[in-house]
Amino acid sequence: MKFRTKAIHIGNQRCRLTGAVVPPIHLASTYVQESPGVWGDYDYSRSGNPTRDNMETTLAALENGVDALAFSSGMAATHCVTMMLNAGDHIVAGTDIYGGTYRLLHKISNRAGITVTLADAGNPENLQAAIQPNTKLIWIESPGNPLLSITDISLCAEIAADAGILIGIDNTFATPVLTRPLDLGIDIVMHSATKYLGGHSDALGGALVVKDTELREQLYFIQNATGNCMSPLDSFLISRGMKTLDLRVKAQSESALAIAEFLEADPRVSRVLYPGLPSFEGHQLAKQQMHGGFGAMLSFELAGDFEKANRVTASTKLFQLAVSLGAVESLIEQPASMSHASYDRDDRLAHGIKDELIRLSVGLEDPTDLIADLDQALNG
Amino acid sequence: MGLDTDKPYGDSTLAVHGGEAHQKAQNSITDPVVMASTYTFSDTQAVIDYIEQKQARGEYGRYGNPNESVVEKKLAQLEGGQDAIVYASGMAAIVGVVMAKLSAGDEVVFFDECYHRSREFCAKHMSRFGVVTRQVEACNYEAMEAAINKNTKLLVSESPTNPHLSVVDMERFAAIGKRHNVETLIDATLATPYNCRPLEFGVDYVLHSATKYLAGHNDLLAGVIIGNTEKLEDIRYLRGILGSINSAHNCYLLQRGLKTFDVRMERHNHNGQSIAEFLEAHPRVEKVYYPGLASHRYHDIAKAQMRGFGSLITFELRDADWRATADVVDRCRIPKIGPSLGGVESLIEQPMVMSYYELPAEERASYGIRDNMVRMAVGIENTQDLIDDLKQALEGTAS
Repeated sequence: MKFRTKAIHIGNQRCRLTGAVVPPIHLASTYVQESPGVWGDYDYSRSGNPTRDNMETTLAALENGVDALAFSSGMAATHCVTMMLNAGDHIVAGTDIYGGTYRLLHKISNRAGITVTLADAGNPENLQAAIQPNTKLIWIESPGNPLLSITDISLCAEIAADAGILIGIDNTFATPVLTRPLDLGIDIVMHSATKYLGGHSDALGGALVVKDTELREQLYFIQNATGNCMSPLDSFLISRGMKTLDLRVKAQSESALAIAEFLEADPRVSRVLYPGLPSFEGHQLAKQQMHGGFGAMLSFELAGDFEKANRVTASTKLFQLAVSLGAVESLIEQPASMSHASYDRDDRLAHGIKDELIRLSVGLEDPTDLIADLDQALNG
Repeated sequence: MGLDTDKPYGDSTLAVHGGEAHQKAQNSITDPVVMASTYTFSDTQAVIDYIEQKQARGEYGRYGNPNESVVEKKLAQLEGGQDAIVYASGMAAIVGVVMAKLSAGDEVVFFDECYHRSREFCAKHMSRFGVVTRQVEACNYEAMEAAINKNTKLLVSESPTNPHLSVVDMERFAAIGKRHNVETLIDATLATPYNCRPLEFGVDYVLHSATKYLAGHNDLLAGVIIGNTEKLEDIRYLRGILGSINSAHNCYLLQRGLKTFDVRMERHNHNGQSIAEFLEAHPRVEKVYYPGLASHRYHDIAKAQMRGFGSLITFELRDADWRATADVVDRCRIPKIGPSLGGVESLIEQPMVMSYYELPAEERASYGIRDNMVRMAVGIENTQDLIDDLKQALEGTAS
């Protein structure tokens, strides 16, 4: 069964009781049991809920995993992974990662005695070099956020496997439509399901997908014990969103490429970061690793100062000024003051995230309209 | 900032943003779901101002709801109409129109392939209030014109029709209405505004079961009537009295579904055309009804007035009785057996069983419903997956 068919049918089996073509939303917090100590499929919704199960089953099928776990947010999902570690353990993470992940690793995990080294994963040798005897987790993101850097997923997975270290990837930007990291040797795929999976800016959620049942049990134990589960209504909305995931991601990627080409040819723009541009450093790798498009996120720098960037982000009409990404509505933002404000400024600058960088999340609108909007805003 | 009201935005831009406020309550990017049944006033003067100044604000949920207003505006923009009124279902919408527009002694004329429940409502129930219903052969414009008299107030058709997919010549249909000063209504559920906009041809009202392609996910019921504001005024007023409104939650899900309307329809059209062509070439299939096929009776007019042909396909099996036909339906693995259409999931059914099982064979035949007929509402799944599945179902080759 191919991707789009799975997205619609796996995890969405007709309701046996009523025949309903869309599974009902189970809001129940608890489930009535036959007799004491004899548990049915479900006991308490923190431990399992049919609506959440459906969402997890669909996502696992799309990522070619054995199972998925759905969390209340992407950060809750990432946190669950870091909770597998103990005091004294060490994490190696890429430099081009979401600001919230940076904050978790540097300002929360450190409290538990876990240390972190950031390495530019664009060159996996850097990751290799950062590994210590106590390294227990490698965490990468591709394309990276906000610089869209492309990481060689297979190579990183090999490095981790050789060293016997668990490796996780934030696959939010690529989505399983374009890249399926479990097939490339990754142990844990993480998603902010709020983004492309949900796709409509109206549900918060996170997910972990694995291909190993033992690892699934370990993560599930932590999730159940700590209680970060996705709500039934959000699970329903994200399941509904995944039915059009393939169409949305492909259409939005096509628009992003057209916008990147427009910006690159424009003298008002000094630099465009988009994996689909031949001028982009990771373009060749992106071509091998991403199938059917290069994603719908792109960043650019203006031929102008920070003030000019402020005027541009304030004068778009279709691109709305907001954090988050991956939905049908196009968004514009400045990483330095918004999505990556939780980085220390020095770290941000050291990793190439300039104050005047602008990040776009390209939505599902007509690309002609989006280009016209950017064109008028660049005059701002 | 916000959208330019005079700029002709592309369809997918309207699907995402059309009808919505650029800046919403609490700065949320999406509209909040307003569950309130009633709306409060700060003081007595505010109530008096509301009444005297006819302010556009909420009073009581039956008269309107913010989620309903926003989705009505979006639907009107997509259809190219001035206004839209959302109902609890497609049937509630048609009932809302005929109840508002027809009085004792008035007459309505239907093309006889129009949705049978719409015709049934008029023939069996409006008749109790003295309204006369006439039905003429679908796409027989002379017969329709001949059925008009001085009492005729409304001409109704569906296009394409279900399950025969007959396509009405919109210009001709609208012209008959204009010539006789009679209003016209098209149920364009199967076409959707992506493929055809009847208002552009001069039709007065467009009706949709929004449950289908507009909502698109088989998870809500809704109906809508679209036209110019003046013509809709008494219909909206009556809905406020009759209460056939939809819920805030459904309106939100409909709005959400519409955001992907453009990409879904592109895919529905592609899947519909590909599967119709596959079926027509298959030796077990005797006949395929699909407006996108050159063999279809109304292909020329469909080509002239439609951008694509949707994804409802009816076909008849060669040398198959009802049971052999049912076996093919039962062998399908991807499409689920069920009525309705227009959702992301493919559905399949045998009209003789699903909708006409209790009617005598002669009566079924008089509606053109054959025992060997199958109707498929093609979803947006992978095209090849669906073709492979139909192939094994037709050939009985599954292991």
